[in-house]
Amino acid sequence: MFETLTGRLTQIFDQLRRRGKLSEADVDAAMREVRLALLEADVHYSVVKAFIARVRERAVGAEVSKALNPGQQVIKIVHEELIATLGEPAPLNLSGPKPRLLMLVGLQGSGKTTAAGKLARHLRQRGERVYLVAADPYRPAAVEQLRTLGAQLDLPVYFESGLQPPELTARAFDKAAKGGYTVVIVDTAGRSQLDEALMNELQAIVRRVPPSEVLLVVDAMIGQEALHVAEGFRQAVPLTGLMMTKMDGDARGGAAISIRAVTGVPIKFLGTGEKLDALEVYNPERLASRILGMGDVLGLIEKAEAAFDEQQARKQAERLSKGEFTLADWLEMMQSSKKMGPLSQMVEMLPGELGRAARNIDPREMERSVRHAEAIIRSMTPAERRNPDILNASRRRRIAAGSGTQVQDVNRLIKQFREVQRLMKTVQKTGGRNLTRLFG
Amino acid sequence: MADVFSRWKEGLARTSQAAFGRLAGVFGATEIKAETWDELEALLIQADLGLETTAEVIDSLRAGVRTRGLRRAADLRALLEAELRARLDAPPALEFPARPTVILLVGVNGSGKTTTAAKLGRRFADEGRRVLLVAADTFRAAAVDQLQVWAERLGLPVVAGQMGADPGAAVFNGIQSAVAREMDVVLVDTAGRLHTRYNLMEELKKVHRVAGKALAGAPHAVWLVLDATTGQNALAQARAFKEAVGVTGVILAKLDTSARGGMAFAIRKELGLPILFAGLGEKPEDLTPFDPDAFVKGVLAD
Repeated sequence: MFETLTGRLTQIFDQLRRRGKLSEADVDAAMREVRLALLEADVHYSVVKAFIARVRERAVGAEVSKALNPGQQVIKIVHEELIATLGEPAPLNLSGPKPRLLMLVGLQGSGKTTAAGKLARHLRQRGERVYLVAADPYRPAAVEQLRTLGAQLDLPVYFESGLQPPELTARAFDKAAKGGYTVVIVDTAGRSQLDEALMNELQAIVRRVPPSEVLLVVDAMIGQEALHVAEGFRQAVPLTGLMMTKMDGDARGGAAISIRAVTGVPIKFLGTGEKLDALEVYNPERLASRILGMGDVLGLIEKAEAAFDEQQARKQAERLSKGEFTLADWLEMMQSSKKMGPLSQMVEMLPGELGRAARNIDPREMERSVRHAEAIIRSMTPAERRNPDILNASRRRRIAAGSGTQVQDVNRLIKQFREVQRLMKTVQKTGGRNLTRLFG
Repeated sequence: MADVFSRWKEGLARTSQAAFGRLAGVFGATEIKAETWDELEALLIQADLGLETTAEVIDSLRAGVRTRGLRRAADLRALLEAELRARLDAPPALEFPARPTVILLVGVNGSGKTTTAAKLGRRFADEGRRVLLVAADTFRAAAVDQLQVWAERLGLPVVAGQMGADPGAAVFNGIQSAVAREMDVVLVDTAGRLHTRYNLMEELKKVHRVAGKALAGAPHAVWLVLDATTGQNALAQARAFKEAVGVTGVILAKLDTSARGGMAFAIRKELGLPILFAGLGEKPEDLTPFDPDAFVKGVLAD
């Protein structure tokens, strides 16, 4: 009933694809669905209204390309407008004299402290010398939380009790300058944009030490209120960017569209997990595609790349190019795909038809069968792994006993392997052209 | 009672200023027109009631207008108030069926579980109950310290898990200690987790099971702490946590921000979960029993 925006739009556009011609009524019907889907994704009411008006105007207009059918045309327009609304990615502004001050602001519980840790890690990887400042004297143990993250990253965290955040930030800045640090990240206390005293405090910090970046940290699950929150913060401090957190949940993050549309502040980062490396640089195409039901194929590829051992991959590719794909390779593939993260999360990223089909698979069931497959292959001798043709009945019985499975499980695995082997040969011959149809 | 009511009004005053000032515009119009319904829809959606609830409310109002022959938009207001109120329940009386009664607080990251645990602890202690806090968030940096600081401020005992240790162990120790010390209530603050994270939800189920092993019948209640600023995802959260650990009630945290908490209606309707408490401010006494009259009045006040 409450489908995600992705599912919803996929459904709508599936209908459109089936039509030969697109009438004004078709566009209207599609727009009604797009509107509902966007509202369900927590895009703000007024933003949805403006968005729909823009898309309708373009869709019903004259610009019909000969290369596309009308359904594709609408998808293209919705996609383009969405990308335009989401805006170009903007890098962190690290120009000007060092150290540069980077401030994180937002509501309570939006994820500022974790974001501070992630940004610190990200910037250090880029060669910056990072100094963290715990400017939240209010929430119990907020300082301790940042200190723990600092310790994990082996980075200094500045705090002095009894100092108000503006004074604290100014002193931290001086210390960082003297210590040769290049970036100072200030983790401010969570506050409502309606809390005048605390908003004044933010302004006081900004007056004391002008920041290079003020990032608004927003929970991807936030509702319609995102708009007012962003507006409130923008009125108080010179926001330079937005960071959406908890994007690894199933909230589509429609708030990103609202905040972006109303404040004009670019989206800079996405938080995608609790660990400190779960930080993604924002990419509008990818976010728009995810919203439009094309899945996050780019994200999936990146995950695969990150989990990949290059040397191992090269060896595998060499064997593959010779048409050799063995059970040992398959085992390695399974292991590296496990490094990509839980299957359920990867399934979320799959596009269209494939994604819908995959969502019906119970990830537990999936993971169990992968575990069984691993156990079976591990119970084989190296010779058997290279050449499953030698697997006679007695060998199969031994493997079943060794892996704690039944002989029919072993048989099923061999059969599956043959299929994968065939698939691999196809990929090799066609360069994967046949596979791309899966992602249509 | 008057005091509680004024706290609601105070807490919600900012909310209504920010968001519901436009209500006056809608209901001020002389005649009910097509635009009246559009504006009403806009208002309800912007209060995070969601498409379905909004459509239901408007359909019901339209029917009411027809049967009563209402013409003036001003008359809609009372009707809307009644309609919204009818969709909420007063929270049921809290039960403490066992000694100790174990209450598990669950929710996504940053929803306000730890603060809520502390505030509940203070409330129950004020009612004369012996309260033990259990810090079972052994994952997030300094989450345990956060509850310990609260416990110290409130003068409540706390059993804390080791950072990185098994949260189930912390819960087991906490409950055993509560039994030995003859506590009345054990409030377990669990780690925040996104409801889509399979492994973390499995871990939570385990914590739930371990509580039952430490004390038969525990946990006696599982309360979902929900950030009032959450949009439509709130329903997915509530559904997932209910499926995993049998949530019995909802606490609406951070209702004193500009958020209106409109998803409470859908949660009540689809999952049948009562809203038990609302967080209306930073101070411990700002966590008050959910008052549906004040909630509806507050959100519709100009």
